[in-house]
Amino acid sequence: MAAKTIISRPVYGTLSPQPGKHHLFVADAEGALAIIDMAGKAPAGFFDGAEIVFIAAPDGKHIAALEALKPAQLHLPPSFASLLPRLRQTLTNAHMGLRLYLSGTEGLIGQAMQVALEAGIDHTSMQTEHRGSLARRMQCVHCKGITENVTTQPATCAHCGLLLLVRDHYSRRLAAFQGVCINAEDRSEIPPMEEVFR
Amino acid sequence: MSTGTTKLDVVVSDVVPVNDLVTRFHFRRRDGELLPTFSGGAHVVVEMRDGDRTRLNPYSLMGSPLNTSEYTISVRRDDVGRGGSLFMHRSVKPGLEMVISYPVNLFSLDLRARKHLMLAGGIGITPFMAQTAQLAGSGGNFELHYTCRTASLGTYADILQQRYDRRVKLYHDDRDERIDLDRLLSTQPLGTHLYVCGPAGMINWVRDRAAALGWPSETVHFEHFAAPQPGAPFDVALAVSGKTIRVGSQQSLLEAIEAAGVDPPYLCRGGVCGQCETNVISSDGKFIHNDHWLSEEDHRSGCKIMPCVSRFEGKSLVLER
Repeated sequence: MAAKTIISRPVYGTLSPQPGKHHLFVADAEGALAIIDMAGKAPAGFFDGAEIVFIAAPDGKHIAALEALKPAQLHLPPSFASLLPRLRQTLTNAHMGLRLYLSGTEGLIGQAMQVALEAGIDHTSMQTEHRGSLARRMQCVHCKGITENVTTQPATCAHCGLLLLVRDHYSRRLAAFQGVCINAEDRSEIPPMEEVFR
Repeated sequence: MSTGTTKLDVVVSDVVPVNDLVTRFHFRRRDGELLPTFSGGAHVVVEMRDGDRTRLNPYSLMGSPLNTSEYTISVRRDDVGRGGSLFMHRSVKPGLEMVISYPVNLFSLDLRARKHLMLAGGIGITPFMAQTAQLAGSGGNFELHYTCRTASLGTYADILQQRYDRRVKLYHDDRDERIDLDRLLSTQPLGTHLYVCGPAGMINWVRDRAAALGWPSETVHFEHFAAPQPGAPFDVALAVSGKTIRVGSQQSLLEAIEAAGVDPPYLCRGGVCGQCETNVISSDGKFIHNDHWLSEEDHRSGCKIMPCVSRFEGKSLVLER
């Protein structure tokens, strides 16, 4: 569970069924379990108006369990990047009354939220639940490059190679935590690298 | 001193009858300077000195926020109310010096919205006069649905249609025209915000349908100033100031507290803003809650009251004031 440290650090909740007829779920990996747990609390017929977009792990785990919920649509894209154009299209054509549910890794929740924000949904109107890895999507504040799946503190920028302190400072606009050079005064000073975001 | 109620010394510059029920009042600053800027949806509290009695009623500013040389309000005459609107209609003439509060906005536009869907009922049109002017000035995307009893009581309907053409849709009760609300709410693009101002029944209806159709509560904005209702007189003990007061039948509890020389915070005087929320120390009797601020749970608990609009019937009431 993510603890609130500074105000921009996202805190996630537990998915709960919202009123309305149209429900869009975007989940990856263990995020499927959040949907399955929520289904127990959903009213009859809830999934008749639901589309589930699920980015599965390579072993296809949880796909069968999601199929069993009998959503109106189950979409299984190979990656988030390949999903983007279709997700944007869905949101562009959507009407008020569509409710959004995001579950899984922080990277997935953050990036799906970024697209939804661009489509005009307020972040407070989205249901979110964090499941699985605590790995972070990080932006290097120096070269602006994004590094995915950061698990260590400090972490090396995949673009410019600077050693970065991974801050709790989060940008919803960029869907990334901010990484700041940890040894700017003396580059020979190399603090120990620990795996903290598992 | 009461929060956010800095006063403005104004003079009535014009009084314009609009129709059988509604009159418009124009105010300018007595020193000739510009009035403070405001945003669409803001209201002012107008002090009405009527003999030895002072009433303080909130009215939405209906002029364009782009013009601060004057403020305008429209007052609907209420023949069975406590007399504020009758005082305005009968006694307020051009040249009269009055005092109004700084503008306060409890019904502002959310300018992050992709589209603004506005629903007005009757005199609830006034905040939308200012909001549409504000949005039109900046190319904002809005649509206004306005329900009135008859065409002749459709205050400003003609002006709005002239200004905004098809962006304004009128519904007349006497012609059995009704908003197809579910359809309207189900066909709005993502990122639309909903604004509703009108009678309590209309506001409740719209809020209920919007919630049922999946509109997040953050996207639904409403304003309904409750007028303080008259009722049986009752006695109240003010524990902090050590006074016991009587609330007259035509007086609000807040007005009675003020008349006793106690100055509680207030802002809207219409049960909306929450400023005058007061703790109940003890009570033996029944609360008549008329506000839109406290939760139902708060209402049932008997631990809190909004003295601007709510009353009490019973043996004893002690407030933390």
